[in-house]
Amino acid sequence: MTALKLSNVCKSFGKVEVLKNIDLTVEEGEFVVFVGPSGCGKSTLLRVISGLEETTSGDIDIGGRSVNDVPPAKRGIAMVFQSYALYPHLTVRENMALALKQERKPKDEIAERVAEASRMLSLADYLDRRPSELSGGQRQRVAIGRAVVREPELFLFDEPLSNLDAALRMNTRLEIARLHRQLGASMIYVTHDQIEAMTLADKIVVLRDGRVEQVGSPMEIYNNPANRFVAEFIGSPSMNFVPATMLGGPEGQFVGIRPEYAQVNANGRLKGKVVHVENLGGDTNILVDIGDDLTFTSRMFGQYNAQVDQEIALDFDEGKCLIFDKDGQRI
Amino acid sequence: MSKARHNPLNSFAAHAALIAYTLIALFPVFVILINSFKTRKAIFRDPLALPDGDSFTMIGYQTVMKQGDFFLYFQNSMIVTVATLFFVLLFGAMAAFALAEYRFKGNMLMGLYLALGIMIPIRIGTVAILEMMVSTGLVNSLWALILVYTAQGLPLAVFILSEFMRQVSDDLKNAGRIDGLSEYTIFFRLVLPLVRPAMATVAVFNMIPIWNDLWFPLILAPAEETKTLTLGSQVFIGQFVTDWNAVLSALSMAILPVMILYVIFSRQLIRGITSGAVK
Repeated sequence: MTALKLSNVCKSFGKVEVLKNIDLTVEEGEFVVFVGPSGCGKSTLLRVISGLEETTSGDIDIGGRSVNDVPPAKRGIAMVFQSYALYPHLTVRENMALALKQERKPKDEIAERVAEASRMLSLADYLDRRPSELSGGQRQRVAIGRAVVREPELFLFDEPLSNLDAALRMNTRLEIARLHRQLGASMIYVTHDQIEAMTLADKIVVLRDGRVEQVGSPMEIYNNPANRFVAEFIGSPSMNFVPATMLGGPEGQFVGIRPEYAQVNANGRLKGKVVHVENLGGDTNILVDIGDDLTFTSRMFGQYNAQVDQEIALDFDEGKCLIFDKDGQRI
Repeated sequence: MSKARHNPLNSFAAHAALIAYTLIALFPVFVILINSFKTRKAIFRDPLALPDGDSFTMIGYQTVMKQGDFFLYFQNSMIVTVATLFFVLLFGAMAAFALAEYRFKGNMLMGLYLALGIMIPIRIGTVAILEMMVSTGLVNSLWALILVYTAQGLPLAVFILSEFMRQVSDDLKNAGRIDGLSEYTIFFRLVLPLVRPAMATVAVFNMIPIWNDLWFPLILAPAEETKTLTLGSQVFIGQFVTDWNAVLSALSMAILPVMILYVIFSRQLIRGITSGAVK
């Protein structure tokens, strides 16, 4: 069964079109990540799915049921916000129970579900505290717990980790992944962080300017990007684009080379001067000026000793190169 | 911490300015208070002296208690002020929420229209208001005052509150919507507690001019049973003779409730329960 089906969804604010003809299917149990630069419409798309914004045109089906005219609370969804959005005057327990109370569920069922969710998220010790007495990570766990107790058909996450520091972000990411496995629920997750996208997703949806650029599994998107935008956006450091003429190819084409496929090689085809070296311990990123104002990034595995201003030659694996035309489409 | 912030000279200057302002602001209140306990002669002989064994008297307070129905006036003032504050805060907050939260055609225009009242003094319309009150039979009722003061207070309330409501996190309101709260519940349970400091500000701004107003009580509700405290105190001010003891005593007593209300609201001004709701 499909958890979510969007057909031809458009959304405009006044004259500004924010979403343009979005078609998308989310299968049951799938973890789908919307990713894209800021302003690409990914959060708006999430709000349209949740019902917080109305569509301008198009259809939304959740769990096989058209929800175009259904208010957010009755769509069978639960949402986790970037700013946690906990109710400041309620305790953790009351925060989690509120939605169930609104649905007039029996008291013992509410207590049971809250207990279950708080055990799952190790919140049992904090149930009687108020949000102001919790740390950022705990608050976000409460927000996730508030979604879990509702047992929704579809979870919506709106950049839930953006307010957390790096270490906590990683922990919470793992927690969300574990939760997804445990619940087997369908989830949609919005982020601009490609690491979150790559690590969590079953399916990534890359958005740009309100359009879907590509849909696919993380590895599909990484290995086989549909166009230059996707190729550049996914992968860190991002892909190098070298005019084909520099490598003896035809005019108007670009060769895309991922930094890890370009290695230092004394007989390499790309020569230049090192402009910067980033030593990350596990990897070393070498930025090389290869002429024509192009800075080429090579990612060497392990620690590599390179000096700024040193002349260096790089070679790459031709089988791993991607060719793009001048409009950025794959050839 | 920067050195500049700890400069003792700066800090001294700041305190000196604040203390000077406090003294200037409190001086008239102080003079009213001490003179209300003095004999008439002592008031005129040396207005700034503290009451001593010779000059101390409670005659002013006794006159106030005997003459006129002081407690009724007091009660009228209280009813008018509290009811007005209630309506101004309720309707002001509701209008502000609508303006801040919902996108509709003419939102901007409506906001400007509601704020127009800040610039136009309501007293310009006194004659029309009086005619209206006469034809609706509200003259000499407390409702006349409550309605006029509510109208007078709403523009500023809407203006201030809508600014604050815009700052309440959208995510919080949306979380409420997803959890199935009605718009009224979101307004009363989520938004209002978060803008409580702004509500207190509006309340204080409105309370004092209403409590002290003489104009509208004199025109709309001068009857004995609807007199407010300020109007009631006027009986002691005559064209030729003024009973200063009584006037000062009445004023001293009139200050009290405003102070109490102010203390209640200023607590709200300081208390911040918002921390922890959103980052």
